Amino acid sequence: MSDSQTTTLQAAHQHHDPSLLVQFDTAFQQKDASQFGMWVFLITEIMFFGGLFGAYLIYRNLYNPAWVAASSSIDISLGAINTAVLICSSLTMAMGVHSAALGARKLLVFWLVATLALGSVFLGIKAVEYHQKYVEHHIPGANFDFNYDRVEKGEKPIPADVATQTSIFFALYFAMTGMHALHMIIGVGILIFLIYRAYNGAYPPHHYTMVENFGLYWHFVDIIWIFLFPLLYLVSRSPVH
Amino acid sequence: MSAGGDHIVSPKIYVTIWLILLAFTGITVWAAFQSFGIFNPIIALAIACTKATLVILFFMHVKYSPRMIALVIGCGLFFLSILMVLTCADYISRAWVS
Repeated sequence: MSDSQTTTLQAAHQHHDPSLLVQFDTAFQQKDASQFGMWVFLITEIMFFGGLFGAYLIYRNLYNPAWVAASSSIDISLGAINTAVLICSSLTMAMGVHSAALGARKLLVFWLVATLALGSVFLGIKAVEYHQKYVEHHIPGANFDFNYDRVEKGEKPIPADVATQTSIFFALYFAMTGMHALHMIIGVGILIFLIYRAYNGAYPPHHYTMVENFGLYWHFVDIIWIFLFPLLYLVSRSPVH
Repeated sequence: MSAGGDHIVSPKIYVTIWLILLAFTGITVWAAFQSFGIFNPIIALAIACTKATLVILFFMHVKYSPRMIALVIGCGLFFLSILMVLTCADYISRAWVS
């Protein structure tokens, strides 16, 4: 680095904006580094969920009839509605980041509140689904009985060995949707914090990296659901297997 | 890294992507009720991958981000494929020897 460049950098740091940390030359470099870090974190999240998807893949191959029976017992309309709700919340989040870039404080707060509302609707519907599974004795454990109320509902009970294997499907169902829901709950918590800060004008244009990185997290959680929905709800709904 | 500056994506693009994502959700539910045999899970996963790609490129701005970000995602997916392919290579081939 030449002397003149060094002098320029020192001069820049002497009059610099307090939000620019000392290790960065420019605000753009700081922002790029921060986004890069966020993506590396998301990659670790992909590997984390990847382990669950891997377990899913193995057991789906081993116990396919159990997978078909268990998947068909989950409420497809609630799952589809929840998919749509999450896709809508991704749109409102993207619009929030857009408003932040334009410096529209009130719009940013509006879109973040909309995202919070849709995220809460998702969690509410998820709670209804979990409750259904509780009533049906489909939660793995001492009271698990896949055939518990199938006769009452006019469905054929499935063979006992397959019924036992469905508890593996449900263990993965609760682990995967539960980890996803935990990510949503954390996201909702951060959103409340962001709304409070955005309302107080903490995210001027060119300084809204926090909003942008949270957006990446929120979209990532949406992507996980985009895969969970077909894998858990849509194993085999066609009349001919 | 990027030359700097925020790329402002038009809300029209966001709304278009949102509509495509909702349409794909409808298509994947419809396709699940059809009898495509072995193609049922393939169609479901192909639609999910398309939706995920749209979210990554447009909602997550990767299309407008530094190339480095695409490289990070590529690395992540590469390691994910090692996890899946090698695990399956083990579990699926076990049936061949017994």
